[in-house]
Amino acid sequence: MKTIKNIGLILCFIGFVIFTGSIFTGKNKVSQETFDTWTKQKVKSEFFIEKAQKEIVDTELSAFELSHRITEIAKASNKYHKSRKKIAWNKIIPLKWNKTSKDFIYPLARASATGWPQQNEGLFFWITFGLAILGGTIAFATDYKLLGKAGIKNNGIFQHSATNRGHLGILAFLFFVGFYVVLYFFPNYLVNPITAVNPLSKSLGGNESSQWFLYGFMYCAVMSVFAIRMFIKYRHNNYQILRTAVVLFFQIAFAFIIPEILVAFNQPWFDFKNAFPLNYSFFFDWNINNLLASGNMGIFMLVWGILLTLVIVPVMVYFYGKRWYCSWVCGCGGLAETLGDPYRQLSSKSLLSWKVERWVIHGVLGFAILMTALTLYTYFAEIESWRKIAFGISAYDIQSSYGFLIGSIFSGVIGTGFYPILGNRVWCRFGCPLAAYMGFVQRFKSRFRITTNGGQCISCGNCSTYCEQGIDVRAYAQKGENIVRSSCVGCGICSAVCPRGVLKLENGPEQGRINSTDILLGNDIDLMQYVNKK
Amino acid sequence: MDHIVIIGNGIAGVTAARHIRKKSNKKITIVSAENKYFFSRTALMYVYMGHLTFKHTQPYEDWFWKKNNIELKEGLVTDIDAKNKILNFANSSTLTFDKLIIASGSKPNKFGWPGQNLDGVMGMYHKQDLEKLEKYAPNSKECKRAVIVGGGLIGIELAEMLRSRNIPVTFLVREQSFWNGVLPDQESEMINKHIKEHHIDLRLGVNLKEIKSDKRGQVASIIIEETGEEIQCNVVGLTAGVTPNIDFIKESLIETGRGIKVNRFLETNIEDIYAIGDCAEQHQAIGQRRNIEAVWYTGRMMGETVAQTICDNKTEYKPGHWFNSAKFLDIEYQTYGWVFSERNKPKNEEHFQWKHPKEAKCITISYDKDSQQFLGINTFGIRMRHEVFDKWLSAKKSIEFVLEYLADANFDPEFYKLHEAAIMAKFNTEFDTNISLRKKSWTRIFSK
Repeated sequence: MKTIKNIGLILCFIGFVIFTGSIFTGKNKVSQETFDTWTKQKVKSEFFIEKAQKEIVDTELSAFELSHRITEIAKASNKYHKSRKKIAWNKIIPLKWNKTSKDFIYPLARASATGWPQQNEGLFFWITFGLAILGGTIAFATDYKLLGKAGIKNNGIFQHSATNRGHLGILAFLFFVGFYVVLYFFPNYLVNPITAVNPLSKSLGGNESSQWFLYGFMYCAVMSVFAIRMFIKYRHNNYQILRTAVVLFFQIAFAFIIPEILVAFNQPWFDFKNAFPLNYSFFFDWNINNLLASGNMGIFMLVWGILLTLVIVPVMVYFYGKRWYCSWVCGCGGLAETLGDPYRQLSSKSLLSWKVERWVIHGVLGFAILMTALTLYTYFAEIESWRKIAFGISAYDIQSSYGFLIGSIFSGVIGTGFYPILGNRVWCRFGCPLAAYMGFVQRFKSRFRITTNGGQCISCGNCSTYCEQGIDVRAYAQKGENIVRSSCVGCGICSAVCPRGVLKLENGPEQGRINSTDILLGNDIDLMQYVNKK
Repeated sequence: MDHIVIIGNGIAGVTAARHIRKKSNKKITIVSAENKYFFSRTALMYVYMGHLTFKHTQPYEDWFWKKNNIELKEGLVTDIDAKNKILNFANSSTLTFDKLIIASGSKPNKFGWPGQNLDGVMGMYHKQDLEKLEKYAPNSKECKRAVIVGGGLIGIELAEMLRSRNIPVTFLVREQSFWNGVLPDQESEMINKHIKEHHIDLRLGVNLKEIKSDKRGQVASIIIEETGEEIQCNVVGLTAGVTPNIDFIKESLIETGRGIKVNRFLETNIEDIYAIGDCAEQHQAIGQRRNIEAVWYTGRMMGETVAQTICDNKTEYKPGHWFNSAKFLDIEYQTYGWVFSERNKPKNEEHFQWKHPKEAKCITISYDKDSQQFLGINTFGIRMRHEVFDKWLSAKKSIEFVLEYLADANFDPEFYKLHEAAIMAKFNTEFDTNISLRKKSWTRIFSK
């Protein structure tokens, strides 16, 4: 069985090596036609077009050479235009590390790729994703035998370098961070992996695949493979099985397939479960305009999005706690609970990190609300979003800095990239504005709690250690107190790992939900003062 | 200002310190020779198994003690000068106190087996035992086999620990079936089976004769009393129960028996000296409890109680209904009230039992055969609510009542398959009754 597992790991590894290697082996040849289409959309400077015509058209270049040449030509072109007496600002090509590659170079790189992967899209898919998925599935499936009888199997977690910030953990960290940086800012180097999912994209939505389609597909694939791991690891625990199955379903159906089908029917790409303010661009002018222009379906989406945030989310949190969203529906949560599950024990439980957490997550919520208020103000006051309204800042400036700082860096690069260092749920714990919003409801007006079972706690610390949100569960359990915390996402692992049956996630009457006690159940010392306190 | 000194920073001593601090600003010093900071002894096994790091076993962060003005002194107390209220330490330092709480805990039993002090022989109680185990049994290469002597809760935990690193384990149990002095046969047999399924070489009804050493004074093998069989091994775990850790008190004026003798106020025979936790021995047993109770939560409760007394609210130690829990490899066990094994049960106690046809789940409910009063429940593989059973025990409910409302007591995670209906059906058949199960009710669960 161990051999089969190793075969699985090797297959998976080969898939990954080819996937990663393909980034460095791209070939591009820009045809005249591609070049003309691209320049028509992107470039006004005839200096640039002339120079680029000579240097890149019909020349075989690697993705790196192509990108490098375009950047150099753009620099030269900008220099030329700026040296003129009257500067033609519309001919200046904006050069920013986090924008140029993505917005300017990527479309050309995508359209001009001519390497082996482009000629063998199907085969390339199978030797990258196919191998990785197959290998991962085999490797995790063998756990059914290797882990032994059903039960909590956390043996060796803190002795293994992958799950204890060792070499493998650092390697995973670098890989994740690198991937997100390339995905968000340098997709021009991801053209080959994007090509691998091209046949799938065409058959789903009918379009050529983009980096976002690649990301969506990878997200679903990674979640599916790691869901197998969850199903086996927690096969004795119906809560975990059901929760994993449901969150996987929502990811694949609502975040991946349905939006693509909508696109195929000429409707806006829309993820029905992605609630504002996690979905921070929902109230941006372009989104509202797009939805308003999309007929009845668009109007429905607009109304649904508003209802989701204002009515459905708080009502559901009242009845079930925020877990209904964070652990059962949300995509970020879904990835954290599957790919991130092996890292959950790495979250910090110190009081200091709780303090930091509250400042940061509520700060992000404040940022999101301010940005949205401003956006809506400009929208209804009919001020163009790029027009400066105060301190030389426009609504667009704020939107784009939120998108960059929070949307890309925080939720992606840090939120997922740092799984192997800070534990999964970095984003959900420290950053997600929707989690902060639901946290208020959960803390102050909800039926959800984790019940502590009388005096059974032995303070072993498994619950706190395996809490991905860094809640010191034990601090409550050993006092006989129920756990009512705004950050709890209700993953249920504390209850699962408890060796003494102390914790239970449940929805019950609000009265008696918060039950601070001085003396735990079992000690019958009769103190009037304690009775009176209750 | 009184200076309260506490010997021992286990759950009993630390709970006492915390509660004294809550109620007063007395000077508090906790003395420990084991580790500066409080850690959960019950979690040591998880450190070896890699579920936790040692840091995780510490319920309070290091700054907690200073912030709460609780002094921590590392050192080994060698004797107590009760008359002059002075503690003497191994490094010849001293500490004076106004009031002393002894919470020195237990130590593993050793019954004078030949070779019991060899290298590679250890208990599984102290932090130092964990370090020893890490040294002598780091993996299955260094440790080809380990033998565990004594079939109690610590024994089975040690077996689980060693198996987590694939070290072959032979488990010597004196009884004819695992823990059957405490557990009814049905449960004891289920655990026997479970132990074997975990590839542990369980030997029932055998005793240790001697431990043999190699040339370097390390464990080489053990010999079984009954069969004379010699088993090669590198590590021997002695887990045949624990005794109060009170050798350093024997010479003092404080009265001792097996433990430190205390009255219901946890006072020793010397004024201003108290004993709590594993090391305390009640003059008279409380209810059906033992005079010495080496249980996590009783240590905590004694700490809660003695703190009241020390803070001028003299309070009797009154443990409520018996309860406990443990985990046997993958099987969780909880008990509320008293369920005795067939070997030890009183005449009036009868059992109703249910066992899952396939899975490792079962329950035993004990009741008074004359009055039908519910006396207690053992549950394996099913979690139950402490609060609900505590209430039913106080109200002296009948066994029929308990079964009728059993759904209120279930504490398994959501979406678990419930077994109350099957349990009820079996009861109805056996007792020729026609009770129907009530649906779970929050109102009842929360009613006081």
